[in-house]
Amino acid sequence: MKKGLGTLILLFLLAGNSPAAKEFSVPYPPFSPGIFPCMACHEGMDRNRNKRQLTDMHQEIKIIRHGERWCYDCHDARNMDRLRLTGGKQIRFEESYNLCGQCHGNILKDWKKGIHGKRTGNWQGEKQYLLCVHCHDPHNPPFKPIKPEPAPVKPENTLLKSRPRAKSK
Amino acid sequence: MKEESDIDLSRRKLVKTLLAGGAATLLPLSQAYGAAGTIDWAAFFQKRFQELTPQEVGRLIKRLEEKYKIKYGRDIKVKTTPSLDNVEFAYALNLSKCIGCRRCVYSCAQENNLSRKPHQIHYIRVLRFQSGPIDFEKAEHYYDPREVPEPGYFYVPVQCQHCRKAPCVKVCPIKATWTERDGTVVVDYDWCIGCRYCMAACPYKGRNFNWAEPRLPPEEINTNTHYLGNRPRMKNVVEKCTFCVHRSREGRYPTCVEACPVGARKFGNLLDINSEVRQIIETKRVFRLKEDLNTDSRFFYFFHS
Repeated sequence: MKKGLGTLILLFLLAGNSPAAKEFSVPYPPFSPGIFPCMACHEGMDRNRNKRQLTDMHQEIKIIRHGERWCYDCHDARNMDRLRLTGGKQIRFEESYNLCGQCHGNILKDWKKGIHGKRTGNWQGEKQYLLCVHCHDPHNPPFKPIKPEPAPVKPENTLLKSRPRAKSK
Repeated sequence: MKEESDIDLSRRKLVKTLLAGGAATLLPLSQAYGAAGTIDWAAFFQKRFQELTPQEVGRLIKRLEEKYKIKYGRDIKVKTTPSLDNVEFAYALNLSKCIGCRRCVYSCAQENNLSRKPHQIHYIRVLRFQSGPIDFEKAEHYYDPREVPEPGYFYVPVQCQHCRKAPCVKVCPIKATWTERDGTVVVDYDWCIGCRYCMAACPYKGRNFNWAEPRLPPEEINTNTHYLGNRPRMKNVVEKCTFCVHRSREGRYPTCVEACPVGARKFGNLLDINSEVRQIIETKRVFRLKEDLNTDSRFFYFFHS
């Protein structure tokens, strides 16, 4: 009985401590080259919580299409190598989907089932998930228009050319 | 190989007699002639793929691989992986996501060894509709803007819908096309006589005909092939999407799923409650194209942002 209880407690502890990032196999987050770890620069820097246009670093980040956000709404001010949920919990960049899911709960639900987002690999067996930020720039999430692949060849450009007699009227 | 044993024996006898009687021109001769213009008798007397014994399949594959080696100078592997048990493939496509970029079209052409320009064949046709109800008469698939998606339009990629009541299978006069156990509709190119009845019967334009010798540059060949799928085809046969039979039967996604940059394409096992397609059917409002024709297709479309 005691042994059983011990196993139960052990299992509970294991379940509680296992990093949530292992829940889905995701590739490494798409950091800009050389930007991580953040604390390499941010260590010892003051945290300026005022909204402003950044001028020294990260000028390219203009949060124009993601509501009224500011860095520390998502990035943890104490440890910039982590993200921060609204409740104050620190999370790793590998489980950033939980951060996005705070507002986009329905999409997170669909993403977990494989309805939203892209899966590669195997329909049966190991699937490769992607983080939200692999497709959506977290600072400017909507997709940008892209150039389409060329239109298919029209039939008149394939068959008639190889049949010269078609031009006689 | 013997999935359908309801072959009409007398009809087969008749066909054989016809052949023996010198009606050889009825045969797809392009397959029967060897490289030097001599008749390849093994190809000439080859039976329907489903009727072959494992030994005959082995010999056939060996002959094909040798033939491809001579023709293309590449070592092409022709697999005959059978369909999996307890699997029924289905597809779901999110029309709210599709941006009409045609990445799927060209990755399919590459993966499945489709004929390149000028005798270009595509299994996927991306239709562009003006916002509003789906009206096929106003759809167009030669659209070519600088950037997609274009405001005021939406896109519907159409390929073989792998119908449960497939009209194409029904009309084939020689049973050169059939539905496999996993639900994919496949073609035995060696048995196809190129009558194109199936193309006339298909309401989705899901089938393509090789009007000319397929143009397939040897260096672009995908050498991982399947007999019923992407092995190099010949002139005068019909071909179609097979859900990438050489990939899906090994548990992998079809190439169009992996090519889609917006994750609009979903593929999986309809019999598995946790598969993506099943979850979509359970929780979203799905529809199928031309449902009124009662083709009972396995290709589902849905709008969901």
